[in-house]
Amino acid sequence: MNGSNNQVPGVSLVVRGLHKSFGGQKVLDGLDFDVRAGEIFVIMGPSGSGKSVLLKHLIGLEEPDAGEILINGESISAPEIAAKYRMALVFQSGALLNSLTVGENVGLYLAEHRLKAPAEIEKIVAEKLADVGLRDAMDKMPSELSGGMKKRVAIARALVIEPQLILYDEPTSELDPLSSVVIGNEILDLKRSIRVTTLVVSHDRDLAFGVADRIAVIADGKIITIGTPEEVKNSKDPLVQNFLHADFKREK
Amino acid sequence: MFENVGEIVLLFWRTLLALPQAWRQRQKVFEQFFEIGNASLLMVCVLSFFIGAVISLQTGPILVNDGLASAVGGVVGIAIAKELAPVMMSILIAGRIGSAMAAEIGSMRVYQEIDALRTMNINPIHYLVLPRILAIAFALPLLVVFSILVGWFGGAVVADMNQHMEIPFRAFFSDLKNIVEVKDVGNGVFKSLCFAVIVGVVSCHQGLTTIGGPRGIGRSVTKAVVNSIVLIVIFDYILTRFLLK
Repeated sequence: MNGSNNQVPGVSLVVRGLHKSFGGQKVLDGLDFDVRAGEIFVIMGPSGSGKSVLLKHLIGLEEPDAGEILINGESISAPEIAAKYRMALVFQSGALLNSLTVGENVGLYLAEHRLKAPAEIEKIVAEKLADVGLRDAMDKMPSELSGGMKKRVAIARALVIEPQLILYDEPTSELDPLSSVVIGNEILDLKRSIRVTTLVVSHDRDLAFGVADRIAVIADGKIITIGTPEEVKNSKDPLVQNFLHADFKREK
Repeated sequence: MFENVGEIVLLFWRTLLALPQAWRQRQKVFEQFFEIGNASLLMVCVLSFFIGAVISLQTGPILVNDGLASAVGGVVGIAIAKELAPVMMSILIAGRIGSAMAAEIGSMRVYQEIDALRTMNINPIHYLVLPRILAIAFALPLLVVFSILVGWFGGAVVADMNQHMEIPFRAFFSDLKNIVEVKDVGNGVFKSLCFAVIVGVVSCHQGLTTIGGPRGIGRSVTKAVVNSIVLIVIFDYILTRFLLK
């Protein structure tokens, strides 16, 4: 990865007492955690534990029933926050606009907000696509890409925003082990090159322990344990141990 | 349908507030406009020709029999300009374009493309709804003008060739000109503008509120078309009553 000349310091994130219910069912049940500026924080947990809903709250797509989310000490619900801090979410599915080419998808933020001239946008798009190893995909349609390529395009689209906080929703789901390693390395490279704060939601144990500075394990909308990868590995909590060491019972 | 009226009105209001963004979205407006015209023009011509023809066939022989041959052009002209062209073309466009709008936006909603737009601080109303509503509001009245002209032509052809009427082409249009005023055509075109906004807002609303997978998209498309048609018929009465004053 080439990195970027536009160094943007990552932001800190604080989540306090976050509650959310859908139709009487508690999805987030009083979440509390801090993410330090510039670190890679991974939230692990089984499917249905509330991870994706949490991400939607962090990017402002959902309103919490109670609790607060602070970015650099400022509430995310403040109207000026979207203009003040740049945040990007890499969706589990990629969520590329299927009617646009890959290049148009990646340049969409700059084009719609009229931040650069068309020629400059094209140059930036080519640069970001090269960063994720997809230099030749500019004119392709999303339907022509594999799952892993779509995720890398989604990362390139997020990079164009020059985010201070980047959120990944299950970045390695549906990917083969090699593609998962490519995505994991991209997450690490981004931290090194642009010092972005990264929050990854995943149930992929290899990815979590491979990239995280700190890990939180979530179940039933609550944080069970939080700490460095070593601390989480050594946690005595039976739920954490069960999640980390789940394996097939194959006869020898 | 009626439980969503508040949301539909709110979407219409937000689209009106977004109007200052229209020039920025002109490329998308033009693309949608081309799409609507390209997809519908041939269908509009065929439908309008036969609507004009059948109105002429139904009313002409009776009027001629009663010695009112000179009224055929006027009856066909008024019926098409004030009622049949705007209503039938709006229903056609609800089926042809409203369904496509609901399906496209609904699929974008289901596959999180609209969430992706929001995370990029791109307002879906500016990006998706405004261009579609503007395009349909320009395209449908134009299609209705085409429809009126082709419908009159269809009526004239039948009046000329049918053995029970045998009203010459020139006489048909001369009679039509004596009765139909520019105001009558204007009424029809104005109605179609209102129907265009109804089809656009209802279809976009259905798309934006789609939930579930492919079945949800199918449900939204059906609701978009049915609700548009019901509202077109209701507003047709209200507008006609208002325009007759």
